[in-house]
Amino acid sequence: MAKIVLENLGHSYLSNPKGEHDFALKPVNLTWEDGKTYALLGPSGCGKTTMLNIISGLVPPSHGRLLFDDQDVTSVPTSARNIAQVFQFPVIYSTKTVRQNLAFPLECRGMTPSKIKQRVAEVATLLDLDYALDMPARKLSADQKQLISLGRGLVREDVSAILLDEPLTVIDPQMKFMLRRKLREINRQTGMTMILVTHDQSEAMSFADEIVVMKDGLVQQSGTPEELFSQPQNDFVGYFIGSPPMNMITLEPNLGSLSTEAINLTKPLPAAMPVGNNVSIYQMGIRPEHIVMVDKESDSIGKGTIIKIEHLGVDGVVTLKLPTGVIIKAKTRKHTEMTLGDTFGIRVCKKNALLYIDGTLSSSLN
Amino acid sequence: MLQIDHLTTAKAKVSLDNVSFLFEAGNIYTILGRTGAGKTELLRALMGLNPLINGDIKLDKENITKRPIRDRNMSLVYQQFINYPHLSVLDNVAFPLRRQGKKKAQAQALASTMLTTVGLGDFLHRRPSQLSGGQQQRVALARAMVKQSRILMLDEPLANLDYKLREQLREEFPRLVADNQESVILYTTTEPREAMELGNTMIVMHDGEIIASGPPADLFAHPPTKDTASVISDPPISFISGFVRDQVLYFGEGQLAPSEGLQLPPDGPVTIALRPDAIEPGGAFTAKIGLSEFSGSQTIIHLDFDFGRAIMMVEGIETFKSGDNLSISIQAEQMMLFAPDGRNITLRDN
Repeated sequence: MAKIVLENLGHSYLSNPKGEHDFALKPVNLTWEDGKTYALLGPSGCGKTTMLNIISGLVPPSHGRLLFDDQDVTSVPTSARNIAQVFQFPVIYSTKTVRQNLAFPLECRGMTPSKIKQRVAEVATLLDLDYALDMPARKLSADQKQLISLGRGLVREDVSAILLDEPLTVIDPQMKFMLRRKLREINRQTGMTMILVTHDQSEAMSFADEIVVMKDGLVQQSGTPEELFSQPQNDFVGYFIGSPPMNMITLEPNLGSLSTEAINLTKPLPAAMPVGNNVSIYQMGIRPEHIVMVDKESDSIGKGTIIKIEHLGVDGVVTLKLPTGVIIKAKTRKHTEMTLGDTFGIRVCKKNALLYIDGTLSSSLN
Repeated sequence: MLQIDHLTTAKAKVSLDNVSFLFEAGNIYTILGRTGAGKTELLRALMGLNPLINGDIKLDKENITKRPIRDRNMSLVYQQFINYPHLSVLDNVAFPLRRQGKKKAQAQALASTMLTTVGLGDFLHRRPSQLSGGQQQRVALARAMVKQSRILMLDEPLANLDYKLREQLREEFPRLVADNQESVILYTTTEPREAMELGNTMIVMHDGEIIASGPPADLFAHPPTKDTASVISDPPISFISGFVRDQVLYFGEGQLAPSEGLQLPPDGPVTIALRPDAIEPGGAFTAKIGLSEFSGSQTIIHLDFDFGRAIMMVEGIETFKSGDNLSISIQAEQMMLFAPDGRNITLRDN
């Protein structure tokens, strides 16, 4: 088990990188505490897999250092890093039983049979696979096979961290719930640091104590799920975290404040802006979850007419057209009582309307 | 109009068992089911890729069961998008038209229009490998749609795409297929939210059979069987065993359950289904928190009651600590009752 530190860590696949854009992973400083769960989140090509491969030792970084418990492991080979890894597709020995699958890594390390028996039993209990120990591994379902892949990492007592590379991709939605819970239980019981790579924001949010959001090789924001949701540092994080994405409404500078005809909410005009700087884009970001739909006659900051209702089950997404033509989305549980063409008043708590200047959160003015 | 009667395929790990349904043109049917439910098998059987041991397929009353694949007037888009790597995006989409015997100029003109519809008007002369995953899937979709087949089938078309791309294509999908009013559109998925959002009619498959169908919101509100209820919601509906005695409902071994507004069945065992919104913090029940997950807009809490496990969904960011005990209320209004044979036996007072 280990604390992991990324010290000015970056990677370029080119031997002689010229500028920032030549880096698959732009140099970054991050500290991951022992025993916590982390997620590397971003679209394809954002650098998250490069980061994971550097941690596992499959890719030697071109820049910076990697520390496990303050030990520099930057040039230590994968085999000596004590990392367990679970991949997108289950990797199991299909001709072996579950027991033999779990025992194999220990046999390779020359552990005594009695010790192996004990470790396999412990891990099987942890994974709820006791009943399946003597079944051929190929007979199990996809989610159980993923548990075995994980178990083969867990049996080793010297594991520093478990790396999970999109391990839930092949799992049905209903089973994902069980497996996510299982992963968290294992994290709690063993205290092992876990790092998950995923493109699925809801998976990252529900799994991780802290999420590293990445795009174009650059870390956009690193923080708790709550921070990413309520204080996205830029428009990309606002878009990528949350479904549907954050509503972005353009504001115009007017008489010392920023406002829009669409809704009656203003933000102070930043004083520090250089005079004559009229190229800045001012936007108000509001989460669909933070838009409250009220009776059209009641006190509100604006009115909107429903142009689309999406039923998603317990909750729904309603698309509203404001009189100025601006379109926003709101999340609600009352969608089954609403009809296309209905007009509602809109309420938003002031603290939930965030100001973005040229795509970056302007924290001082919110 | 596509009618299927008693479709049955040879016994295999997944096979179709006596599947009948009537599909109307101009409708989008989403087919929801777990892996192995028979969704792909149904599409393959319709296409003629999986041999039938029984049953008939009729397109506009004409029996096409024995017709060769290329004459069936059907298109299929696979989960793993397949494009011709050596052809330009434009020629990929023009290819099926050329094979139908259309002149090159006409085929390319139609293909170009279709590519503009799917938002790829600027990429006509690129190779598929120069596009992102979402764009490549749109090329595959355009190629399937350009034929104007009577039956357009999409087999988990978004499953291999990034979450955000999936969100975007889901949003665009109704517009993409808007021109296919003459077609029957079949769309398979394992994601309940996707099935609810995209389908006019949702079909639920389980063990090689169609077990339910109807407008998505109706099916969600009144799933006819427990098997349907178990796949229809994300987060999932929780099932607790219980029983009725002397017109009183009990959880587990005999803990009193709420039943306000419910007409209870005669004495005997029942399965009590709790929708994620049936459970709320604060109330007479106690549960231990197994796990609290903040999933973006809501917090999903896994609860361990004396009588079983259940999932609660709370709006907004709430912090619950694993291992803590929490007082809970359960709303009978979002509860359902299922008979031991799986039938939905929920009856409510009016």
